[in-house]
Amino acid sequence: MDSSGMEVPAQPTGIGHGEPLLEVADLTKRFDDVTAVDGISFTVDRGEIFGFLGPNGAGKTTTITILTGLSRPDSGTVKVAGLDCTDDPKAAQHMIGIVPDESNLYPELSGYDNLCFCAALYGIRKRERSERARRLLADFDLQDAAGRKFGGYSKGMKRKLTIAAGIIHHPQILFLDEPTTGIDVASARRIRQLISDLNSRGTTIFLTTHYIEEAERLCGRIAFIVKGSIVRTDTVGNLMRHAHGRNVVQFEFSGEAGRACALIGREFPDLICGTVPEGIRVESPRPVRVGPLVRLLEDGGIEVTEARKILPSLEDVFVEITGIEAGAMKQEKERSGGGAR
Amino acid sequence: MRKWIAFWNILLKDMRSYYLKPPNISWGLLFPLVWVAMFLIRSGLGLEMLPELLPGLVSLSILFGTTSVLAVTVTFEKKGRSFERLLLAPFSLELLMLAKTSGAILFGTANAFVPILAAVILTDLPGMNWAMLIPATLLIAVSSTFLGLLIAVSAREVFEAQTFSNFFRFPMIFLCGLFFPVASLPVFLRPLSYALPLTYGNDILRGSIAGTSLMPLWLDFPVLLGSCALLFYFSINIINRKWIT
Repeated sequence: MDSSGMEVPAQPTGIGHGEPLLEVADLTKRFDDVTAVDGISFTVDRGEIFGFLGPNGAGKTTTITILTGLSRPDSGTVKVAGLDCTDDPKAAQHMIGIVPDESNLYPELSGYDNLCFCAALYGIRKRERSERARRLLADFDLQDAAGRKFGGYSKGMKRKLTIAAGIIHHPQILFLDEPTTGIDVASARRIRQLISDLNSRGTTIFLTTHYIEEAERLCGRIAFIVKGSIVRTDTVGNLMRHAHGRNVVQFEFSGEAGRACALIGREFPDLICGTVPEGIRVESPRPVRVGPLVRLLEDGGIEVTEARKILPSLEDVFVEITGIEAGAMKQEKERSGGGAR
Repeated sequence: MRKWIAFWNILLKDMRSYYLKPPNISWGLLFPLVWVAMFLIRSGLGLEMLPELLPGLVSLSILFGTTSVLAVTVTFEKKGRSFERLLLAPFSLELLMLAKTSGAILFGTANAFVPILAAVILTDLPGMNWAMLIPATLLIAVSSTFLGLLIAVSAREVFEAQTFSNFFRFPMIFLCGLFFPVASLPVFLRPLSYALPLTYGNDILRGSIAGTSLMPLWLDFPVLLGSCALLFYFSINIINRKWIT
């Protein structure tokens, strides 16, 4: 047990216990002619961090609103801890915590009062909610701002307090919708650490994010959702295993990337060449021999400044599975969500 | 017990955040007093007219006091998404909306007692029936609050809610017999008067203050109660249909 009375499982962060806590079957939601969520099914195991990845408009937030009871599905079922709450979401709301994509606490209340109020909504008595609020403010490094109005907090502080408000009633599962969007790097890192700590204390986490590296770092399993449908659900390990079968070498040089790719394509037709902002990337199922490629480019008048092996990432897997450029997805989200990282 | 902790804290938060703020307190005190002074000066008849004017002033104070604040406590919170926190809490929507409206009911009732206390201080009001006046005041506050709630949940923006409120409030001053009897209205407008709960509430006030009610109490009270239930039912229905899509 830890200081908050929660079980501390002896297991790595993000991996579940194999016992389903959230079961979703054939969930569908339409808005007029648009099918926002199209028959998705998945389970989230107790104790795991489950990542839900997809571009803007893929159906992530719609799914969360259904799972938390703010929206009704057109068909399908949702079970939390074995309790069917499709038609009666109130039945499970004491078991779930929500951190929405926008911090939605009360700007006129102080950080401490916001936490106490959120605890009161779950029927927690005065002394207990005061203790929990103080403990969370300390855990989230917000004790110095406890008496300040929430409206005056920075974005990072707002996200931290919103997460604290989402867990003050000790939910079994916490839904985190884009927890680090629009905040600075240091705050995002701290929040990721807090998520990891929460999970290691036993809280199951359902995380939606468009930051693939964040999901890779935190999650045990990931579902990719595109246009309302889940295109792949697997453990991060299995997804990465697939990526490790590929060999990628990146070349940086002075010259035109398109001409470099044309040269390589003519001489080595079995290699796949693509341009990146830094230069070109050459990919093959077999190990790539760098020497002949460098010689070819230099003979063609292209001066190579760097050639290095690129380790495959979850982002590559995401691009391959969804056909969506992860960088474009991130930029699009940051434009709509505001802020930079 | 747990849900009542939530209920009490929602009421307390709204009281601190909205009703006990200086602009609302000054509105609650000044608005009824200004109306009292204005009518007395305009009529030129002096304090003996107060029992005649008091039912209308009480009704008016409640109507404006309750409907003005709900655009903020409900529509504004919905727009800012903090209302989602309440919708996600583990208690019924009905209890949540009762908690959100109880502050307005108390505020409206307190507003009503400003002209009543002023009248008690200025005249002795010999025929006052407190046993009728207090429940009538409370019921008018409930029905006006639920009317404000219906408007607030029907609107998307705060300004929209305020515009809708005025669309209802100002005609009600003339249609509900606050300052001249419904019988003096054109015949085609009277059905509209009898469809508005404030007409019945004001009639009870007339009976309890001046002894001049036009309709029987056995009609006034049930109609007022029924209106409260209907307005609340429609509001919950709209939230269920539009907010939990």
